[in-house]
Amino acid sequence: MKRLERKHPLAVRWLHWINFPLLTLMIWSGLLIYWANAVYSVKILGYELLHFFPQKFYEVLGIPYQLAHGMTLHFFFMWFFAINGVIYALYTLASGEWRALVPVPGSFGRAGRVFLHDLHLIKTLPPQGKYNDGQRIAYTGVVLMGFGSIITGLAVYKPLQLAWLTSILGGYEWARAEHFILTLGYVLFFIIHIAQVIRAGWANFRSMIVGYQLVDHVAPLPVVKPIDKGDPAA
Amino acid sequence: MTASPDQFPDPAPRSTGNTAESLREKPWVSDPLSDEAAAAAMVGRTRRSFITAAAAALAASLGGAWLLSPGGRRVFAEVMRLNEGVGRQLYRANSRAPEFARDTARSPRVNGTEGLSDGFEPADWTLQVTGLAGGRDLPQFNPALAFDGADEPGSAPKFPAAPVAGLRLALADIQALPRVEMITELKCIEGWSTVVHWGGARVADFVAKYHLPAQNGIADGADGGFGLPPYVSLVTPDRGYYVGWDTASFLHPQTLLCYEMNGAPLSLAHGGPLRLVATSKYGIKQIKRIGRIAFAHQRPPDFWAEQGYDWFSGL
Repeated sequence: MKRLERKHPLAVRWLHWINFPLLTLMIWSGLLIYWANAVYSVKILGYELLHFFPQKFYEVLGIPYQLAHGMTLHFFFMWFFAINGVIYALYTLASGEWRALVPVPGSFGRAGRVFLHDLHLIKTLPPQGKYNDGQRIAYTGVVLMGFGSIITGLAVYKPLQLAWLTSILGGYEWARAEHFILTLGYVLFFIIHIAQVIRAGWANFRSMIVGYQLVDHVAPLPVVKPIDKGDPAA
Repeated sequence: MTASPDQFPDPAPRSTGNTAESLREKPWVSDPLSDEAAAAAMVGRTRRSFITAAAAALAASLGGAWLLSPGGRRVFAEVMRLNEGVGRQLYRANSRAPEFARDTARSPRVNGTEGLSDGFEPADWTLQVTGLAGGRDLPQFNPALAFDGADEPGSAPKFPAAPVAGLRLALADIQALPRVEMITELKCIEGWSTVVHWGGARVADFVAKYHLPAQNGIADGADGGFGLPPYVSLVTPDRGYYVGWDTASFLHPQTLLCYEMNGAPLSLAHGGPLRLVATSKYGIKQIKRIGRIAFAHQRPPDFWAEQGYDWFSGL
């Protein structure tokens, strides 16, 4: 016997998949803007460990040196990226989906065990709802990052009219750096997200498109078990 | 506390340790189905969703391709105008960019020589202020700097029948205006910024001193009482570089007719004898070596806007 579990509401699926090309376009156009003043690098004791970005990076990705085009794209798609994100946040709050998404007391500690589990260093996952504690932190974090990108972006875009905002963020130069660091964060998120989706398999991926997945009837969800805090497998 | 999996010893959910319980997640599951019925239901849903997804991806691809076509580029232009409208709404005459300590001021990169042709003789320089709409009818002291801008087609002339002559000013005239200093970030559209210590006269003081509105009898209220047309056109003496401004930003208190940089007279490379400096626009709008200032009813041409940059470029 099986049950159909509704995993992702229709709105979340649409908003997630609309966000994917929009964020890609924002990062792409952001790169077109960044190359015109590509000053950031990671330095340790004065030694430049990594420059953003090596010449090879532009060549491999075939990035054209087009600042004007990059700005046009960025200030066009920013509307859609921001509106999509705001709708997602409102939907998540109104629908109660946030209950599955936000970190709960103990999430940060258990996320460490999720991390060790995913590295195959320990065998058991902590008990979880729809998302494990690592996911709760990552998915809430990436939404906050989106909010941060809008805020830092506005501070760089209108540093005179929104001078108070730019000032809160540490000034114009800092706001630009923060905007850039958040973008690096998306790329990091994306890499881990894709690796985890591949690891989780087809049924999980399909549920992000179809919304449903099959679950065994014999293992009812949610499992509300009392557990031994020391060893959940006991 | 220890508990076997079969026990529910504590009625308080917080003690279960299950994160699904801590915020009362409400998962939805169907009634139990036979394996065959469940598989069939899944196949049907999968087919429908994937067809929808494929259609959406196709539509997005076609839409994207159209956006990059000549027809679609109009959409970008429209959104840029929308952004400009938002920028104008955000504009406040009392907004101020932060000022910095004097010892943080640096000499900015010389980032463009358009309009700064050789053979320029600073001693012969004068500033021409003409071209209030219907500009060709005004005396042009230097015919090479004649203003081509025209009133909007079909609109009634907003000028008295006999407009007064434009102005021709020497650097001493600008220096006779109240001298102000500001230590602000020069922001390049490329993304870098440099703190620079500027000295010069406020554009607003210049406009007030020469009674430009009174001389021309325009009072459409578009610029907060100055009675000036909505746009300003500035060009270099050789016409090699030219920018267009909205009058409101032009009159911002941090927009200067600048003749000093970091405590010294403005060098030719940085736009001497007189350049524009502002906190409300990127450096591309802060024209060096101003030859002529003209007010206009239409959006004046702009060097970098013609290369695809945002005409407004407001900060």
